[in-house]
Amino acid sequence: METELKNGSVTKAGVTMPETQTTRDQQAVGRAPTKMSATDLNLWYGETQALHGINLDMPAQEVTALIGPSGCGKSTFLRCLNRMNDLIPQVRIRGGVALDGEDIYDPSVDVVQLRTFVGMVFQKPNPFPKSIYENIAYAPRLHGTGTSRSELDDLVESSLKRAGLWNEVADRLDTPGTELSGGQQQRLCIARAIAVNPEVILMDEPASALDPLATATVEELIHELKDNYTIVIVTHNLQQAARVAGYTAFFHMGQIVEVNDTDTLFTNPAEQRTEDYITGRFG
Amino acid sequence: MQRRLTGSANDPRIRARYRRETRFKGYSIAALFVAFGIIFAFFTDIISQGYSAFWRTEINVTLDYNERAERIGRFAVAEDLRQIVSRGAVRSIPLEIRNHPERAGITREAWVPVTSRIDQYFKGNEELAPELARQVEALKAEGVIRNTFNWAFFTSGDSKLPELAGIFSAAVGSILVLAVTLVFAFPIGVMSAIYLEEFAPDNRLTQIIEVNINNLAAVPSIIFGLLGLAVFINTFGVPRSSALVGGLTLGLMTLPIIIISTRAALRSVPDPIRLGAFAMGCSRWQVVRDHVLPLSLPGILTGTIIGLAQAMGETAPLIIVGMIAYIPEAPTSILDSATVLPAQVFTWAGEPRNAFVEKTGAGIIVLLAILLTLNAAAVFLRRKFERRW
Repeated sequence: METELKNGSVTKAGVTMPETQTTRDQQAVGRAPTKMSATDLNLWYGETQALHGINLDMPAQEVTALIGPSGCGKSTFLRCLNRMNDLIPQVRIRGGVALDGEDIYDPSVDVVQLRTFVGMVFQKPNPFPKSIYENIAYAPRLHGTGTSRSELDDLVESSLKRAGLWNEVADRLDTPGTELSGGQQQRLCIARAIAVNPEVILMDEPASALDPLATATVEELIHELKDNYTIVIVTHNLQQAARVAGYTAFFHMGQIVEVNDTDTLFTNPAEQRTEDYITGRFG
Repeated sequence: MQRRLTGSANDPRIRARYRRETRFKGYSIAALFVAFGIIFAFFTDIISQGYSAFWRTEINVTLDYNERAERIGRFAVAEDLRQIVSRGAVRSIPLEIRNHPERAGITREAWVPVTSRIDQYFKGNEELAPELARQVEALKAEGVIRNTFNWAFFTSGDSKLPELAGIFSAAVGSILVLAVTLVFAFPIGVMSAIYLEEFAPDNRLTQIIEVNINNLAAVPSIIFGLLGLAVFINTFGVPRSSALVGGLTLGLMTLPIIIISTRAALRSVPDPIRLGAFAMGCSRWQVVRDHVLPLSLPGILTGTIIGLAQAMGETAPLIIVGMIAYIPEAPTSILDSATVLPAQVFTWAGEPRNAFVEKTGAGIIVLLAILLTLNAAAVFLRRKFERRW
């Protein structure tokens, strides 16, 4: 396990799941094996502490939703999972995040390698201002996972198919990705993330900039993707969390208030604050 | 029906408000007219003074390569025309005969420039002695004297004889200087900007560097000339007056402009593009190379062109490094002594003779035309490649 992140030649399909750690602490939710887990994670922006002792297990091949009012730290937490917070100056992190039991904040971890295992989709669709084909082929070519033209052609097609975009763009792969509609752009970004063949996909409010129809398409896509990927999604939309997620964690003021399978959390919350939030009394 | 919307016409406060607005609009329009008036007066003055330099008076003479002309070129021209034909047109005849001995003794017809005084007479700028005036008028009437486009202005270098002076050597000097400036300032400026904008941590040191670069852009250009003199000539021994030292000096001056405009261009690339690339597992350099640079290149080029245009019009620092020199022959390398267009204009402007006044105007016209072309290219680039997100 130790060398896996540093050695890209290990086939991802051959990775064995670590033993389930359901009993590690009271906030573990897993019935499914844990893919990523945060242990006593604290984060500061300068002097301001944004995350307080987060413990969360994210089960494999499942969708975990992070909900909570604005500024509660859910997006900050999401960015800890692929170390995007490294890009922000003055961020300090204490605690651990593990991918298949391997600490991603270990000094020997190569961040670039980590991000090929943990992909990300952003709130606002951000396709590169290149052709649809290039948007998807760029990263595989960069990482050397696809080299020949035919390999890349196959990869582009399969990624677009998985993202449910192939039928709409098959005949115009050379047009700029930025000319697609908002929903198509977001699915292109998902296809782009899939093309790297990650194990985990992080989504930061992926549908909040989309209209209801495009949102429905993206939600459907998320539902399908969970068979192959572990998905962590931040959302403001409680119905969306209820629709797509198997597990939901409620964040408030930089802490996890409650985490449970989605049905239980929404129908029978254990905490008063959770109930207040999901019934619309604040946030 | 009670009318509530039209009553304001009689309200003195509202009428005063409209009056103030009209008055303020009037001031603004007046300011605009003054500005345009000044520009118009400037262009009219320069063009009316300079355009005549694009024309020159020539005379059709028979050049007789006789024995006396082998020693002094003037003797190749018939005696009564000797004070009309420009000395410069015939002074190379002895050399020509020495290099081509077979030409000794031949005669040939040629259109040659007249002296600047007669040229100025025909342009209405100077008076001639009545006798001479009658003679040249007669020649003009015969068709022996003509007014023609002054190609020599573009193909020859400076001369002490105004009828022969041109901008060619200064133009070549300008091109060499700008080439040196570009090669020196562009890579250093762009790489510095990339480091500061994309790689450098935001700490006290980089803030100090940033403030200093911004200040550097505002330093009077003559200071850069002193710096160039001290560093390049006195310390590194770069030849004085050469395009190399001029280009390096202007490079110092252009560097902050390129750094600042490159940083602005890099900053205009939206962060989601960077984040998207980082999330794909790009290293910082890959993000810059594959995503940020291609998107900011038009902005970088625009800033560079504007920086070069500014360098091209610069004279003061070049005076300090000795580029304000009399250069009749175009430099052939960046180590030769050279001058540049604005310095040539400056030299001509210091000449008292009328003929150089029009040369000055013409030099300014050429300089302005080049600068306007460069700026138009910058605007075109920006328009063509402008992206919106």
